[in-house]
Amino acid sequence: MQHLISIKDLSVGYKSKAVVEHVNFQLEKGELCGIVGVNGIGKSTLLRTMAKLQSKIAGEICIGTKPLSSFSPLELAKQLSLVLTESIATKNLTVQELIALARQPYTNWLGTLTEGDMEKIEGSIQQFYLGGLKTKKCYELSDGQLQRVLIARAMAQDTPLLFLDEPTTHLDLSNKVQIFTLLRKVAHKHQKTVVFTTHEIDLAIQLCDKILILDGKTNPFAAPCELIEKGSFEHIFPSELVQFDAKTGSFKIKK
Amino acid sequence: MQTIASHKPQFIVLFLILLASGLLNISLGSVAIPLSQTFKALFGEAMENTSWEYIIYSYRLPKAATAILVGGGLSLSGLLMQTLFRNPLAGPFVLGISSGASLGAALLLMGATLLGSILVSDVSLVVAASAGSFLVLLVVVLVANRVRDTMALLIIGLMFGSITAAIVSVLAYFSDAEQLQRFIFWTYGSVGNLSWNQNALLGAVVIVGVALSVLHIKSLNALLLGEQYAQSLGITLKKSRLGIILVTGLLAGSITAFAGPIAFVGLAVPHLTRQIFKTMDHKVLVPAVFLYGAILLLLCDTIAQLPSSAQVLPINAITSIVGAPVVIWLLVRKRKLFF
Repeated sequence: MQHLISIKDLSVGYKSKAVVEHVNFQLEKGELCGIVGVNGIGKSTLLRTMAKLQSKIAGEICIGTKPLSSFSPLELAKQLSLVLTESIATKNLTVQELIALARQPYTNWLGTLTEGDMEKIEGSIQQFYLGGLKTKKCYELSDGQLQRVLIARAMAQDTPLLFLDEPTTHLDLSNKVQIFTLLRKVAHKHQKTVVFTTHEIDLAIQLCDKILILDGKTNPFAAPCELIEKGSFEHIFPSELVQFDAKTGSFKIKK
Repeated sequence: MQTIASHKPQFIVLFLILLASGLLNISLGSVAIPLSQTFKALFGEAMENTSWEYIIYSYRLPKAATAILVGGGLSLSGLLMQTLFRNPLAGPFVLGISSGASLGAALLLMGATLLGSILVSDVSLVVAASAGSFLVLLVVVLVANRVRDTMALLIIGLMFGSITAAIVSVLAYFSDAEQLQRFIFWTYGSVGNLSWNQNALLGAVVIVGVALSVLHIKSLNALLLGEQYAQSLGITLKKSRLGIILVTGLLAGSITAFAGPIAFVGLAVPHLTRQIFKTMDHKVLVPAVFLYGAILLLLCDTIAQLPSSAQVLPINAITSIVGAPVVIWLLVRKRKLFF
């Protein structure tokens, strides 16, 4: 069977200095995958390389059967949508205007929206419960609301793949859980393949179908339960500080 | 969703104001011509006074046309720069375009003695200023292809400005009073020195600039999210960036060559326009900013003519006196300058 995205022996980094090496994994349609690891291990670098925002050092990235490098920006925009950590350039856009921009890969040279585009935009607004915020400017929104809007924008781009870079930083626990549940819904109900980087390992274990652990060595990838059985989480953090509790699937401070 | 249609009332009002300020600009000046007579002249009827006819056809009409082209073109290039650099303080001159033009003009006006006696005419001044601004633009484009970071480009533009300003002051130091005065007069800016032929040339360049801006509307809108998001929406970043820089250079460079470095219009007008049209969509903003800029410069020029007196103020003084308080007022009221 053909995987939706497959990564083979990938090395990423800047210039010739690799940050992450030997990454291998494949994802299918409708899977939710979290990328976890300590600060500075290269989670974002990996995600940005997979999104073609920077070039890889070695290895293979394929979307379907096609290598990532052979996609034109416009072709890629119809396969892959993004939510990044960098804030949007202007917050003077209304929620509706922001989400509408997602339709750019499909619109004509002037960006005129068709009936179909409007339906997608409206659908995305409804799915993410943003009806009441439609005409609000982005600078009026809370961090949690803005993140929901950005995910709604990515959904409106209507791509089989959705990549998110640390979508829950700066959010409180309830907002974090809300975002994670939304991502799970996007993956399972709408059959999108969702990949995101996160520091919320506990939540990721509970919600993800697959997890990629960047540990600088073997970079294990599997379903959360398998990784717990293999003891892969125990080596993420220095063991004199935190310990992984396999029974509850969470980290405990070592006293 | 914002479209031109949903802003129709604003566009109609803006267009009417443009006509009104055009009429005002033509009828007021050192000699006041009654509005009824101005109308007659514009519709090709004979006027009561032949000297009025001469004033309108060979002086005031070309001046009004220049004001429209200069005000609209500078404002449009200001809008493009603010979006490209994600910076509300960016104007058409951030890339060093006006410094380049100044350098060209300074070399001609003050360095002429060093190069031997070149005939300093209005035409050679335009040629020198355009050559200067396009030289700087060429370097900026070369750098833009190498530097990934747009902010670095902004700083490089500012540095070019400093370098050229230094050369200009060295030239000024060694030149005599008369040459210096000519150069100073050029830096004051003026929309009144263009013949119909020069107007036609400037008009053609501005039309090309507007057309190219319209072609970039989609990428400008994508850039509102930032460069990486724009790329993820299918925009070829390098190509769009280069295109937008070239359009700005074309507009700001040629306008500065003809009318001198006119301050503040490019910076202030996009902000003023966003106050009326509460949208960021460039489909609306590109035509709106052009109209607004044309109106503003017509009005500034009307004031600069000091109606009913023989004196004329430098237009740069008026645009700054009008423009700077407006930007301060916007900042105080909104506490943040959005772009």
